[in-house]
Amino acid sequence: MLGPILETLIGGLLTGVLYSLVALGFVLIFKASGVFNFAQGVMVLFAALSVARLSEFFPMPIAIALAVVVMIALAYAIEFLVLRRLVNQEGIILFMATLGVTYFLEGFGQTVWGSDIYKIDLGMPKNPIFVLESVFPGGLLIDPSELIAALICAIMVVALAIFFQVTRVGRALRAVADDHQAAQSVGIPLNQIWLMVWAVAGIVALVAGMMWGAKLGVQFSLSLVALKALPVLILGGFTSIPGAIVGGLIIGAGEKLAEVVLGPVLIRMFDLAGGGIENWFAYVLALMFLLVRPQGLFGEKIIERV
Amino acid sequence: MLYREAGQFKTSYSADQAIFSIAQDRWFVMIVLLLGFVGVPLVANQYLYTEVFIPVLILSIAAIGLNILTGYCGQVSLGTGGFMAVGAYAAYNLALRIPDMNFILVFALSGVVAMLVGVLFGLPSLRIKGFYLAVATLAAQFFLEWAFARVKWFTNYAPSGSVAVGKIELFGFAIDTPDRKYLFVLALVVVMALAAKNMVRGRLGRSWMAMRDMDIAAEIIGIRPLNAKLSAFAVSSFYIGVAGALWGFLRLGSWEPLAFDINRSFQVLFMIIIGGLGSILGSFLGAAFIILVPIFLNQLPHLLGIPLSTAAVSHIEFMVFGAMIVFFLIVEPNGFARLWAIAKEKLRLWPFPY
Repeated sequence: MLGPILETLIGGLLTGVLYSLVALGFVLIFKASGVFNFAQGVMVLFAALSVARLSEFFPMPIAIALAVVVMIALAYAIEFLVLRRLVNQEGIILFMATLGVTYFLEGFGQTVWGSDIYKIDLGMPKNPIFVLESVFPGGLLIDPSELIAALICAIMVVALAIFFQVTRVGRALRAVADDHQAAQSVGIPLNQIWLMVWAVAGIVALVAGMMWGAKLGVQFSLSLVALKALPVLILGGFTSIPGAIVGGLIIGAGEKLAEVVLGPVLIRMFDLAGGGIENWFAYVLALMFLLVRPQGLFGEKIIERV
Repeated sequence: MLYREAGQFKTSYSADQAIFSIAQDRWFVMIVLLLGFVGVPLVANQYLYTEVFIPVLILSIAAIGLNILTGYCGQVSLGTGGFMAVGAYAAYNLALRIPDMNFILVFALSGVVAMLVGVLFGLPSLRIKGFYLAVATLAAQFFLEWAFARVKWFTNYAPSGSVAVGKIELFGFAIDTPDRKYLFVLALVVVMALAAKNMVRGRLGRSWMAMRDMDIAAEIIGIRPLNAKLSAFAVSSFYIGVAGALWGFLRLGSWEPLAFDINRSFQVLFMIIIGGLGSILGSFLGAAFIILVPIFLNQLPHLLGIPLSTAAVSHIEFMVFGAMIVFFLIVEPNGFARLWAIAKEKLRLWPFPY
């Protein structure tokens, strides 16, 4: 009994890594500009589509490099056409603007790149491997491509952490995240910083898109992984990078385990037409958690004054 | 010249507190109502009824509901689709399981069911706020959508998972033709909009607005957050539930949970943002805009004689729709209601602007 559960747990954790990759994009933008960027999901789709279609004409490394250029251009366009004109608006207005961007990119991506299902071949090993055969009968089945994805994600997080902590731009980014006005008053150009953040979020989306695309194929439904990343966000806190990672792992493992353990129980109890509880379990888990700790795992406690 | 309030003296308290305190406003509303009840049935055809008037009216009820919660009380909700589904399925089950029930009662009770569910999912709002709450309401959306797809009792064990409604009768009148459906919905809309307008002008609405503007300050002057927030959730879910029941019974006829998915939530949210947060009038304007634009965009290539595949049209529709949302937010973040107010101000001075 322990074997399959452990296997589900590992599978869930590895999927969770991919969730946190998407959530990371949200956190970066929210931290630096206070925009709740709903378009992150469609940016993942757009990036994956770009890589998939460009790789039909170019070898993979060049295709990826070109996709990076595309994402930076996109970040520039969003900053220049949307955000710059909505400075000083309320949070909900900015959120709605990113919803508008979402709709636009859904249409635009499929008009430019086509709306079929495309494949991204990163040349990752496909055959599942078995580990710990001595401990459990039959061993544990692990998908190596997910393992590689987890590794890449870890590298990405370390790189981002170094970028934020050590480099000059990273310091400026943290300053802006702390206090817009104070940052501006010491001469940090806000527009450039926002452009930078959106570009970095675009590149994170590109990595997430390639990983998901290699796993599921590149199609419209890829933009829905954003909805899976939202509970990760509230669990980990909107402003915390480690929160996004830990939250992703908890959500990924939790929902897979729930599907296996809780699903059959619910089906028997309420006479359901099939399970599928992983669609909402993450949200309910996050909601329960919020009732205990409203600022999320690592979120900053908001001190309010009248 | 036309819109002068000079000389209209308010000589009693009731005149001072009237919803439309200026005679021209009262005339305008009368004319609109007359057009709605008499003018439209004279000219409209079936297509206009089922694709334009009925959807706009029903979704304006939903928009009023969401506006009460988001616009007046400041609690962002993305669970509108789920609450509409609660209303629709409650109405379906009430009509199915209690035969010969008056349909007014069916719709009212389905609103009450949605209200109870709304209060339940509104409880987290006492602890969390802002975008955390918005994401938390998504829990309601996904859970409810799942429940109606999976729990067989809700759909009366229909094998396909979709439900269909029978005849709708009201005091011996069958509400079966589009024009009767339209008049029924219109009558309901008038009553509910009036009730909402009065609620937001009264004590309740003021406590919501105080909550929205600054919750801690509101608490200090003696407004209980529990009462204010949960009553906003209750009233809002009631409206949204009734809208969902009407949408299922009068617009769709037969539906599955997909009809109330997250895109419906976003659609209603767009309506109140484009229409104007914290405005009943804005809910109507926003609903009309959001329903009419896709219809218009769909017809446009056809009208211009540009041959395009259906897929391309739908993609371009998405693009134009998204771009229009962003454009409107940039040009007028306060929505149509603000434009309307500006137009009225201008009209007061016209034609001598000094």
